[in-house]
Amino acid sequence: MTRIFAIETKGLGIGYQLKGGKRKVVHDDLNLQLVPGEVTCLLGLNGAGKSTLLRTLCGFQPPLGGEIRLMGKPLSDYSQANFSLTVGVVLTEKTNAGGITVYELVSLGRHPYTGFFGQLKKRDREIIEQSLEAAGIAHKANNYVSELSDGERQKAMIAKALAQQCPIILLDEPTAFLDVTSRIETMVLLHRLAVDGQKAILLSTHDLDLAIQMGDCLWLQEKGRPMACGTPEDLIMSGAFESFFDKEGIVFDPATGKLNTEAPTSAIGVEGDFLTSYWVGNALVRNGYRPSPVKEGQLNITCKSPHELVAAFPDGRREKLRTVAELVSLIGVLRCVDI
Amino acid sequence: MKKQAFIFYPLLFVLLLMLFAGGLIYGAVSIPVESVVNILLGEGTERLAWQNIVVQSRFPQAVTALLAGASLAVSGLLLQTLFRNPLAGPSILGISDGANLGVAAIMLYFGGSLSMVTDLPISGYLAVIMAAFSGAACILGLIIYFSAKVKNNVMLLIIGIMIGYLASSLISVLNYYASTDKVHAFVMWGLGNFSGVSLQQLPYFAGFTCIGLLLAILLIKPLNALLLGEMYAANLGIKIKRTRILILLCTGLLTATTTAFCGPISFIGLAVPHVARLMLGSSNHKMLVPVTLLTGSCIALLCNLLMVLPGTHNILPLNAVTPMLGAPVIIYVIVNRKNIQYFD
Repeated sequence: MTRIFAIETKGLGIGYQLKGGKRKVVHDDLNLQLVPGEVTCLLGLNGAGKSTLLRTLCGFQPPLGGEIRLMGKPLSDYSQANFSLTVGVVLTEKTNAGGITVYELVSLGRHPYTGFFGQLKKRDREIIEQSLEAAGIAHKANNYVSELSDGERQKAMIAKALAQQCPIILLDEPTAFLDVTSRIETMVLLHRLAVDGQKAILLSTHDLDLAIQMGDCLWLQEKGRPMACGTPEDLIMSGAFESFFDKEGIVFDPATGKLNTEAPTSAIGVEGDFLTSYWVGNALVRNGYRPSPVKEGQLNITCKSPHELVAAFPDGRREKLRTVAELVSLIGVLRCVDI
Repeated sequence: MKKQAFIFYPLLFVLLLMLFAGGLIYGAVSIPVESVVNILLGEGTERLAWQNIVVQSRFPQAVTALLAGASLAVSGLLLQTLFRNPLAGPSILGISDGANLGVAAIMLYFGGSLSMVTDLPISGYLAVIMAAFSGAACILGLIIYFSAKVKNNVMLLIIGIMIGYLASSLISVLNYYASTDKVHAFVMWGLGNFSGVSLQQLPYFAGFTCIGLLLAILLIKPLNALLLGEMYAANLGIKIKRTRILILLCTGLLTATTTAFCGPISFIGLAVPHVARLMLGSSNHKMLVPVTLLTGSCIALLCNLLMVLPGTHNILPLNAVTPMLGAPVIIYVIVNRKNIQYFD
């Protein structure tokens, strides 16, 4: 059975057509598949071409080569009107919408459906209300857009895209400039929309942690190498992440999912209570050690509870610690001794 | 859309009627109200001069003010939305200067004093309108060209002002080589006047203006989408290129027609959209276009009344009055921009 992908590209080349017939190729031979019901996160460093790819998929700039198929049909078959029924976008473009209400903003999403003067029918109003509800911004429907926080504004734009009733939603850095709670709310919202509405959602982001946590699929984009695609877990365990960050002098630790400028080398064994050992590991990484399974001949830490840590030295000496802070200062002393 | 917004229609209509009536009753020559009413009802009056003043002068002048105010205000609104810049306007972006230059070329170069131009047969003022329109269109084209290169709105405004200066300098050159009476006529025209349209010319002026205003009303839907920016608008199915061209044609036609007949009028295009937005508390064009149109008419009619110095027979130039109303509005808006939602 051949599956119908929301977006499928074959040998897609993206970039810019320059003057005099020259081309600036940002990325070529992209073979991508965007699946309905999933949130796909596009990760890449600045300049990797995330925005160029998104703009190409949004139809704002023509591809340099290859093929894009939307819902099984080639992009070239879509009129602008049909395209607006298929792909909804949330961009980083600055809007001048401060002087209209959230309801009016979301009603703009009905533009592809309404007549010459944009008059809303009963059906349109129902969909606008559902979209407001689904995006969790219904309580602000009558507020001016200028009165919203950044997170609420993002929700309003997502509601606009929902009102467009497109099977595909593309978002350019929807979590940039948001505080932690809004970032998580936005991602949870997108995930729910993907699952409940069986929408194919693609978003670009710099938020590695959140992408690993919430993304059903990740696309790792980097200049000069094929896009690495897959679930976050597969990509981590297959080493795709490590090689992705390799060049930049940044180290990705597959054991913790954390980034650092250098890989911690000396290992400290950690075992015991799951929660405690997770956070003890976090503290160890920050202080330049690698948490590892318990082993002879190294410092091992047994975590009984958050207030009961036992450090066992290679020489058999044991020390009881009551907080992670005490552990950290112990490690500090150790490092001085090492030198 | 807030329900209370609908009260602005009857309110503005009543105000408009009052100001229009005011324009017929009040002028440099005092005519009793009963006589004006009698003249308008076609019952004639004891003095033929009064009849002439009301029918041949005050009536066309009031209609001209009404239409010119609406034209300029709507042009300003369209430009502000298109360039996403609340300080855009036909005079700021140099579009009035372009129309000005076109008119100057006809008046100073091809000859003809103001009276000659405005008394010309149809082909004559068609030529003036065409010249004004070409001038305005050239400047608009230039502004569009630069708007693609210069993304910064303030910088674009400055470019508009520079282009305006260039047009003015060309006008100076034309002035330098023109004869004194032509220059005088041109300077008088440049002071702005709603009385330049005679009763016979009025239908043509009204025709061109109404086409432009109608076009503006037909653009309400894409204008709203443009609030989100061009990329969002394109994603909503708006044909950006076509919309841009239509908006520019519309503003070009409105500004050029008004400038050709009334001279370059400042501030109405810039300030009225702000007055309308502040009153309405919304930048939804569904309400904003009609309210801007009505407010523009009202303010132009008010300026028309203020031009007549009370107790004297003197008439102030129009461009002496419009900044008195317009400039404080703009200063207020800029000072309070932090608290005005549509700036965000």
